[in-house]
Amino acid sequence: MNKVYSIPLLILIMWSILALLGPVLPIQPDQISLDKILLTPHREQWFGHDDLGRSISARLIMGARTSLSVAIVVVTISLSIGTFVGMVGAWLGGFWDKLLVMMIDLFIAFPGILLAIALAGLLGPGVMNAVIALSIVSWVGFARLARVQTLSIKNRDHVDAAYALGTSSFIIALKHILPLIMAPLIIEATFAFAGVIIAEAGLSFLGLGVQPPSASWGSMIRDGTRYMLVAPHMVLAPGFAILSMVLCINILGDYLRDKMDIKEINKV
Amino acid sequence: MFLNYLIKRLLSAVFVLFGISTLVFLLIHLVPGDPVEVMLGETARSADTEALRDELGLNLPILQQWWEYLKGIAHFDLGKSLHSQQAVTQLLLDRLPATAILSIASLSIAILIALPLGILAAVYKDSFWDRLAIVSAMFGVSIPNFVMGPLLILIFSLWLGWVPVSGKEGVSSLILPAFTLGSALAAILSRMVRASMLEVLQEDYIRAARARGLSEFRVLCLHALRNAALLIITILGLQLGALLTGAVITETIFSWPGIGQLMVDSIQKRDYPVVQACVLLISFIYVLVNLMTDVVYTALDPRLKLET
Repeated sequence: MNKVYSIPLLILIMWSILALLGPVLPIQPDQISLDKILLTPHREQWFGHDDLGRSISARLIMGARTSLSVAIVVVTISLSIGTFVGMVGAWLGGFWDKLLVMMIDLFIAFPGILLAIALAGLLGPGVMNAVIALSIVSWVGFARLARVQTLSIKNRDHVDAAYALGTSSFIIALKHILPLIMAPLIIEATFAFAGVIIAEAGLSFLGLGVQPPSASWGSMIRDGTRYMLVAPHMVLAPGFAILSMVLCINILGDYLRDKMDIKEINKV
Repeated sequence: MFLNYLIKRLLSAVFVLFGISTLVFLLIHLVPGDPVEVMLGETARSADTEALRDELGLNLPILQQWWEYLKGIAHFDLGKSLHSQQAVTQLLLDRLPATAILSIASLSIAILIALPLGILAAVYKDSFWDRLAIVSAMFGVSIPNFVMGPLLILIFSLWLGWVPVSGKEGVSSLILPAFTLGSALAAILSRMVRASMLEVLQEDYIRAARARGLSEFRVLCLHALRNAALLIITILGLQLGALLTGAVITETIFSWPGIGQLMVDSIQKRDYPVVQACVLLISFIYVLVNLMTDVVYTALDPRLKLET
């Protein structure tokens, strides 16, 4: 691995460790201190305090926890469902495949996270509903990819051979197709991971994601925009946190894509 | 051949519009509990909730509700806002120009940044310009607009005082929202311009143009760019969806009175008919623009016509 790529990897590992250890670290993200309201960064609190005097560094760590856990859950759900549905559609062909293609066309017709915003808004604010809304939107990309990949592989000789030997469809799918279509799916998952982190923060920014007092980078920015003139650190800290995370994931995603030499995914 | 393609493409677009309408119709039935109670609050009198339920047609069988909704869309009648009692169509029409101005401005900014940068990067591959294009594109796609927006406000409105913080008053208030919304598109576009220019510059007709002694400027702009343009138009069509969704957040940041702000406001007011209408309108625009870019692309590129 090129040395250049170890920096984003290290940053990501740092965020993950902080998020993982969040609850046991000696930090008080919900501790309100009225004497420290909007205090700018100083030696003990590198990122200062917010409008309720809470430590921003502590809230950044809890925000990383929210961000990463939502992204892991949403990507796992949509990757599993999308891959399953896409493979089944391509394998069965005929009516079921047509139905799947119709579903994919329909969901892709909704631009970006517009549907997720509407869903989260209607389901009511909350992290659970944000996860549901984002999963409903995200499975489509994986389904489309898994379908195309399976179609290109299902007529290969080794699959025919397994079929002739009487192997069940389930085993063929699991052992002879899935390993071959995994690489593009993993790369798609990397970019989806970055996408979900932005989307979750976006929903929270609109007040539709994580609810107070829980911390999310998106809601921290939303709170911060009201105090930008006196306390710009309230916006800058979570802003750079999101940027650092998303940038690192995208850089590593690009690296993986070049490394595995996959031409099918052109998602930027 | 082209006519066949056109008919096929039109039919699929009609199907997708129909599907979108159905999904958007179903949205209101996703609201947990009784949507009417959620909209009016728990303290509402039962006469009021009954009246609203009648008005929204929620007492009808679901298939009939669905049919009425589709009929309404065909007649440009999307019901009334629960909050202001205005016709939803009128609300959308009032807001549409602001969103259109913002989108066009963002698109123009994106093209103005991406074209020169992408061309420079392709022509001087592996040079400083190329690296600048790659790095700024990486940043561009990684900064969400709700980070970019406040950052720009902080620097250009609060610290430098060059432009207003928010609102819609003249050209100066358009600059920051348009740049916020256009930056991600500029990033994606500059990558695409670079990639397609690199490809086009390898073609024989470019070597032929150079051999005829044309100036480098003419070769690049008249021969290379013209052929890369088709691909760029398609990318723009596809990215319009991201642009319109981005407008929802960007308009909220800058209090820009467009469709996106209307949607977020309506979500907070639980004005569901308006939320549904906003989703419907944005998705319809997206589908229709994609249809147009597809058709134009196929009509313009003689190579594609030969293949089909």
